[in-house]
Amino acid sequence: MSDFKRIIAKRKRQDFIFNIVGIMCTLVGIVTLGALLTDLLMDGLTRLNWTFLTSFPSRFAARAGILSSWVGTLLIMLVTALTAVPLGVSAGIYLEEYARKNWVTNLIEINIANLAGVPSIIYGLMALGLLVYQFKLGQSVLTGGLTLAFLILPIVIVATREALRTIPQGIREAAYALGSSKWQVVRHHLLPYSLGGTMTGIIIALSRAIGETAPLITIGALTFIAFLPPLPVTTQPPFLSIEWLWSPFSVLPIQMFNWVSRPDQDFVVNAAGAGLVLIVVTLLLNAIAILIRYRVRKRIKW
Amino acid sequence: MSASLEIGIASLTQMTISDQHAQPQVSSEVAEAGQKTVGSPKIKAEVEGLNFFYGKLQALKNINMGFNANQVTAIIGPSGCGKSTLLRCFNRIHDLYPETRYEGKIILQPSGINLIGPETDPLEMRMRMSMVFQKPNAFPKSVFDNVAFGLRLRGVAGKELKDQVEQSLRSAALWDEVKDRLRESAYTLSGGQQQRLCIARALATEPEILLFDEPTSALDPIATAKIENLIFDLKREVTVVIVTHNMQQAARVSDFTAFMYLGELIELAPTKVMFENPAIKLTEEYITGHFG
Ligand SMILES: Nc1ncnc2c1ncn2[C@@H]1O[C@H](COP(=O)(O)OP(=O)(O)OP(=O)(O)O)[C@@H](O)[C@H]1O
Ligand SMILES: [Mg+2]
Repeated sequence: MSDFKRIIAKRKRQDFIFNIVGIMCTLVGIVTLGALLTDLLMDGLTRLNWTFLTSFPSRFAARAGILSSWVGTLLIMLVTALTAVPLGVSAGIYLEEYARKNWVTNLIEINIANLAGVPSIIYGLMALGLLVYQFKLGQSVLTGGLTLAFLILPIVIVATREALRTIPQGIREAAYALGSSKWQVVRHHLLPYSLGGTMTGIIIALSRAIGETAPLITIGALTFIAFLPPLPVTTQPPFLSIEWLWSPFSVLPIQMFNWVSRPDQDFVVNAAGAGLVLIVVTLLLNAIAILIRYRVRKRIKW
Repeated sequence: MSASLEIGIASLTQMTISDQHAQPQVSSEVAEAGQKTVGSPKIKAEVEGLNFFYGKLQALKNINMGFNANQVTAIIGPSGCGKSTLLRCFNRIHDLYPETRYEGKIILQPSGINLIGPETDPLEMRMRMSMVFQKPNAFPKSVFDNVAFGLRLRGVAGKELKDQVEQSLRSAALWDEVKDRLRESAYTLSGGQQQRLCIARALATEPEILLFDEPTSALDPIATAKIENLIFDLKREVTVVIVTHNMQQAARVSDFTAFMYLGELIELAPTKVMFENPAIKLTEEYITGHFG
């Protein structure tokens, strides 16, 4: 009896110790993040106002703004999403539902997993050689968007496959048993049921892409740009224009990089302001991802 | 040793039985069972020399049996003996998985088409069969959409769709419980209600053969009784095959009972005969619970 008590007391002690250690570890993470954010807030908030958002960069720190870089970021993300999402989701569906499992698909699978771990600058080099020199797409919004699309494609594929895998096999069997074709199963069942997981993965991938600097510098994104790409809508028919795709661009992280590397302290404050905008956008994206996941989990629980 | 001999003899006996009831001149017992429905039973499906393989594992060994039209055939046998495997040959669900292989024939009457022949389109077979699975597998859609899905695949729409959904839900003894929540997710239903929803979904498409894989294992006695009555009524329109672990259930709902063991068909007989006077010792042992 007393033996039992001793053993139990020992285990409780272990629990207690791990509790303390765990709290400490968690605190290290939270405190660091908190400190970083406060620092950024203190510096950045002083600069954050309407003119900062609507001005082009300038030689004078006080007049410099982030208009061209946030528009650039937005357009790049648009191109990235519009290409990576359909490509990645289709590839994920193909690999998971259509492809026969043999050594070829195994090889592809291993490669995709590896691609997700390739340093982003390598993608930049590849895009420089392929898109800029080979296909002559220029150092444009299109090139930038496609580069980041390549970068996040493996993440989107993996996320799609993971989401498909959470769907119980019984659901597929039920759908097939009613006489559905493969495409009908995908279209009416697998896609809607995996949407939550896929969307979460896509958003996480986009929030990674939005902060990327290295591959875009490699393909030759500008660090100083004082004009906006042409508008996508025009006054003459057909009213839509894709001219903006060929426009040179800059993005928020590159703008920050440029400002931070200047000796003038005022520019560093500008960088903090731009960083704040970037972080807010990223957090917003993550919040949307969490919201989607939460809502889907509430609706579908296997 | 003696056991394997017994099984050998068993499959012989069983063959003669299935041959018999395929013929117009049937034994008195078979005829009696047939008269419970209309006239003499017509054959709906004939299984001939069916072998089935999961990769290297042979799960069905030389199965020969007939399924009478407008009758209920129950398949019983210990866990892992191949009941589900046999059932799943009928709607070609095995085709979804690599390394599965059929040998032999399942002839569907009156067309004479070989269900598992390579020339037969599995999709067409699945349009003509319905299956209620061992585990409830309602779609995470609304109650209405669950039942409507198979109908929509067949081009039913509008008022007709609504009516058929309602009719199916009534048949599955679920309408009264869900008529005010047709738009709610099927996952808000209880486990037993979900299983009845799956049954309604299977009924809606008016199949030629209804395949039930232990449809009531998740249900309470009241819901079970409802389903059993339903199965009994259903045979006016369709041929029913039901896998069950419950002997009383087999006795209550079926006209014929097949006993399987280790991938082989041991005995097939009119249910009454099977339960009162089985020809084979192994069957008797299983039915009376003195098994193994
Ligand atoms: N997907 C599969 N791959 C390999 N072997 C399988 C597979 N499914 C079933 N088997 C094997 O085939 C045999 C028959 O299985 P089956 O599911 O048909 O049994 P059952 O009679 O339905 O059993 P239960 O009453 O437990 O449902 C078993 O030995 C099982 O292990
Ligand atoms: Mg089974």
